[in-house]
Amino acid sequence: MSAAIARNRFRASEAKRQRQLVTPEGLSLPLTIASRGARAGALMLDLLFIGLGAFALILFLVSIGIGVLSIGASSNQSPALEFVAVLLIMLFWFARYGYFLYFELGPKGATPGKRLLGIRVAARDGGRLTAEAVIARNLMRDVEVFLPTFFLLGGAQEAGVAGSAATVWLAIFVLFPFLNKDRLRAGDLVAGTWVVEAPKVKLAEAMSLAPDRREDYRFGEAELSVYGEHELQVLESVLRQDSDEALREVAQAICRKIGWMPGAGHDREFLEAFYAALRDHLERGMRFGKRKADKHDAG
Amino acid sequence: MALRLFSRRAIAPSADIEAASLRSDRFRLEREVDWQRLELIVEALEKNRPRRIADDDLLELPVLYRKAASSLAVARETSLDAATLAYLESLVRRAWFQVYGPRSGLFAWLRQFLGGGWSAAVRDLWLDICIALSVMVAGTIVGWLLVESDRQWFYALVPAGMAGGRQPGASREALQEALQGTENAEGLTVFAASLFSNNSGVCILAFALGFCFGIPTLLLLVQNMALLGAMWWVFAGAGLEWEFAAWLSVHGTTELFAILLSGAAGLHIGRSMAFPGKQSILAAASASGRRAAQVMVGCVIMLVIAGLLEGYARQLVGTAAGRAGIGAAMLFFWISYFLLVPRPPDHAGGKAR
Repeated sequence: MSAAIARNRFRASEAKRQRQLVTPEGLSLPLTIASRGARAGALMLDLLFIGLGAFALILFLVSIGIGVLSIGASSNQSPALEFVAVLLIMLFWFARYGYFLYFELGPKGATPGKRLLGIRVAARDGGRLTAEAVIARNLMRDVEVFLPTFFLLGGAQEAGVAGSAATVWLAIFVLFPFLNKDRLRAGDLVAGTWVVEAPKVKLAEAMSLAPDRREDYRFGEAELSVYGEHELQVLESVLRQDSDEALREVAQAICRKIGWMPGAGHDREFLEAFYAALRDHLERGMRFGKRKADKHDAG
Repeated sequence: MALRLFSRRAIAPSADIEAASLRSDRFRLEREVDWQRLELIVEALEKNRPRRIADDDLLELPVLYRKAASSLAVARETSLDAATLAYLESLVRRAWFQVYGPRSGLFAWLRQFLGGGWSAAVRDLWLDICIALSVMVAGTIVGWLLVESDRQWFYALVPAGMAGGRQPGASREALQEALQGTENAEGLTVFAASLFSNNSGVCILAFALGFCFGIPTLLLLVQNMALLGAMWWVFAGAGLEWEFAAWLSVHGTTELFAILLSGAAGLHIGRSMAFPGKQSILAAASASGRRAAQVMVGCVIMLVIAGLLEGYARQLVGTAAGRAGIGAAMLFFWISYFLLVPRPPDHAGGKAR
């Protein structure tokens, strides 16, 4: 029971994240806003990648005999060491600002962390995602991610009133995605972007390629007008999953509903024929502008 | 060649069109070759390997995209095949991301940016620059006046580690020594790099804080400039104001200019959110955010130059006149660059957007 409630809650949150985006061609495309969990996870992954990269670099430098920690401590360094120090400073600067910028300007519009979780950056107005927008949203990342992190690591607790004021101030940025329905962080707001799910879907087999059984099963108008589009789609997913048990149950339920005697052993054939007939019936209705959403719809 | 053969085979129609009994499935089977061709192109674009795409395929990308989009529009009205609709929606969305994705790479964008996009963006922010400039001047004067009225203010304004002997009551010799250059360039590279890293952090902070109606940005500007004013007062007390100004101007004209621009960029966002005009707050914020972002990239470039000037030129050029000359030349260069370079033709116009 609790599983069903959890599933319902998940579905409700999914419905809340649906948006329509109108392309310049005037076509409305459904989009799903990425969940806060996915975005936080992507950020963690990206920080992990940066951290691992830095760790590997330092390990490499130590292994070839360069004491990283002593750089900058002594004033008379060799030119080579000086070069390494400059390189390190620049590298960490690029890791902080360049990593996100480089990947989000690429064709996938996503950092490796985002890519792994199947989300990407898009322009909120349906237009082109410009370089300026990506730059703006990533500069804001500084106050949203890095500053609070340094602040926490730097012992903000001892700073007194100014410290707690700063905590509240930074908390506004960190909590920003919880304060609006589009899950925008401050950088998204300033740049006019949002983060959406970008799933890849494979093209499934056409359904009506099964042998034509219109001669074996004849469904009348009354039998076909019991169900609507929602039931048709449920039936489609049952047929695509193709589990014997589910097929039998669904076939029996349909037979009860339309007053037929369920024939044993021919569940799949029966359901395929019923699916084809029902879809034909509903699609014919669509062509005349009549739609029936589900079985409760009077149509 | 092998690849070609493979891709040809991959996009053959999945079944005989006549075998489908439903009209909407025949519609789909007739068009799915085009859809899958589009999918292959999109796939290659997503992997950033446009060279894998044959020339005729690339030429046909807009056509295929429009075909898939119109297929989706038709299928929504005539087909109840949920799987096909889901596939088409995902395909059109992915193709849309590619067709309307970031078109220019980083380098093409930089060329457009340096060739006038930057100057145009700076000119678009003229009002905010004026406000930020007046706040900075006011901050300097406040710092000066505060320390003049009570010396204790100096210790409140300037962090102890930064003062380094440059404090009220210090002897003229000690102050003069602080302004001295060094003879050789050793160790200066690291100094310049760390200066840059630190200063760009301050600039980006000034920009990012503008989000809250610009007030934190103004506070940050006042605080930094009050520090400068306090320091100036100390040197002026020893009769070194001209030397101090020259010492500062080598990199200061570039660095303070960058801080001015980043403060103005932050302010620009804050101001457009407080007074969005006819647009919605969100639209105003994103339009100003994109304008300000260009100015910020420019600030980072200016800070690289300022770091080099501070690290090398200031330490190697010892005379006040030479330092002031470099500083003035840089200031002249920046102002003429921002005022004179015309807006590139493909640059989106400032406020009209």
